[in-house]
Amino acid sequence: MAERERRLTPPYGGVFVARKRVMSADDLRRAVWRMAHEIVERNQGLGDVALIGLQTGGVPLAEHLAEALEKIEGIDVPVGSLDVAFYRDDIGLRPVLPEAVTDIPFDVDNRVIVLVDDVLFTGRTIRAALNALNDYGRPRAVQLAVMVDRGHRELPIRPDYVGKNLPTRRDEVVNVTSDGVDLGEMVK
Amino acid sequence: MKHLLSIADLGRDGIEEIHRLTASFLEVNRRPIPKVPALRGRTVCSLFFEDSTRTRLSFETAAKRLSADTLSFAVGSSSVNKGESVRDTVETVEAMGVDAFVVRHRSAGVPWQVARWTDAHVINAGDGWHEHPTQALLDTYTALERLGSLDGRRITIVGDVKHSRVARSNVLAFAALGAEVTLVAPPTLLPPSLVGWPVTVGDDLDAELSKSDIVYLLRLQRERMNEALLPSLREYTAGYGLTARRAGLLGPEAIIMHPGPMNRGVEIAAEVAELPSAVVVDQVRNGVAVRMAVLFLMLGSGSDLVASEPNHVEISPPPLGAFHAHIRGERQPKGEVDAEGVLGG
Repeated sequence: MAERERRLTPPYGGVFVARKRVMSADDLRRAVWRMAHEIVERNQGLGDVALIGLQTGGVPLAEHLAEALEKIEGIDVPVGSLDVAFYRDDIGLRPVLPEAVTDIPFDVDNRVIVLVDDVLFTGRTIRAALNALNDYGRPRAVQLAVMVDRGHRELPIRPDYVGKNLPTRRDEVVNVTSDGVDLGEMVK
Repeated sequence: MKHLLSIADLGRDGIEEIHRLTASFLEVNRRPIPKVPALRGRTVCSLFFEDSTRTRLSFETAAKRLSADTLSFAVGSSSVNKGESVRDTVETVEAMGVDAFVVRHRSAGVPWQVARWTDAHVINAGDGWHEHPTQALLDTYTALERLGSLDGRRITIVGDVKHSRVARSNVLAFAALGAEVTLVAPPTLLPPSLVGWPVTVGDDLDAELSKSDIVYLLRLQRERMNEALLPSLREYTAGYGLTARRAGLLGPEAIIMHPGPMNRGVEIAAEVAELPSAVVVDQVRNGVAVRMAVLFLMLGSGSDLVASEPNHVEISPPPLGAFHAHIRGERQPKGEVDAEGVLGG
């Protein structure tokens, strides 16, 4: 999500140029494995737990977490995806279009929902996701898992599970793919 | 997107963009709380100079589900009855702070005029016999939902094409998406000229039905009887109504569409309207989501904030009846056309 925001933010467009690889594919796999263990430990099992990935970067990460959870506990955790475009607070300030149709194929009432995103930056996407989740029901608890926490929060939001804490400059861009995590800039 | 006046302004890409957004809004409409805050603080005014139930309600539902405020204007209870002009009405309402007008008028071209008088966005919700673009968007969406793709599909539009804005917009929309359009109508209810229309005309409904993927029935406006365009309702039904026998000629995958309100027993038999292949209810349901998509694209998506897109869309001149010239201009190939009308170079 963070990458998409950057891509669409003025001065519009540009190409991501990586400067430094900060996590390899193996690092990603190990981080997912550790975060999955933390989710199990924190919730004393997976009884009511469901994962919701945020479009678009959080969706593959949520699926990887679900695979790891299945290996650890032998339980298929429900996985959904959420697009927060209609809940953003910057509508009218920058282009906002949904990337994909939201798909939450389970009842969120009384569940522990783990929101999953690739990069946590200002926290505004998570704020929008919390509002969106409200329209689907009333979860017992909402937790947040992110692969990279890059700082620069603008709202009182903090993650429960973090792959890597990465100090960044505000104008840098963090790009998460299945090959790894890169730090770089958008170049016109 | 500054205005939505004609389907011709959208092209295939524009139609598909709106359809993509429509899928997102259908999901919103299935939620326990079918409302999103996307257009909070925006105001949408429906300016209906002609009677309408479903289109007006559909637009107002769409605006409310996006959290926009809605103003409603019905000519019967307004100052138009005191002689206020359309222009003064628009300017008065705009001064109250309106972001978008949804305009319906019995004369073709009025939404184009309104777009010149106001800085707000304008959506054509039906102008005379000319266009009804959101109807065509919801119809093509509904057909795609059932058929997957419209490329090479055959749609037969049956009935009063001459007086139908629904037919004009749908001909453009279905053709833009690759469908082959056939018109079947009594000669008195066909437009005087079909030059430039991407259609063929069939005269035998039974023969057309057996090869159609979609049969689209237009409402027969009963007032046409008084104009001596039809001998009798019964004769119309015998020649052009979708009776149970005719519905049996359709293929197993074929769908039956109608823009509503239906005259059961005239253009469509009562029991045919209840068949699983009749998607009339789907059309109404998709109508709300399509109109949400159009409103969001105009007022919320910030698509006009992208530098690569022009901030101001050129307004084409009001068509005022020159519909065939309008679409001919739209469809004319870019290369040189020689005297025989053959594309050269």
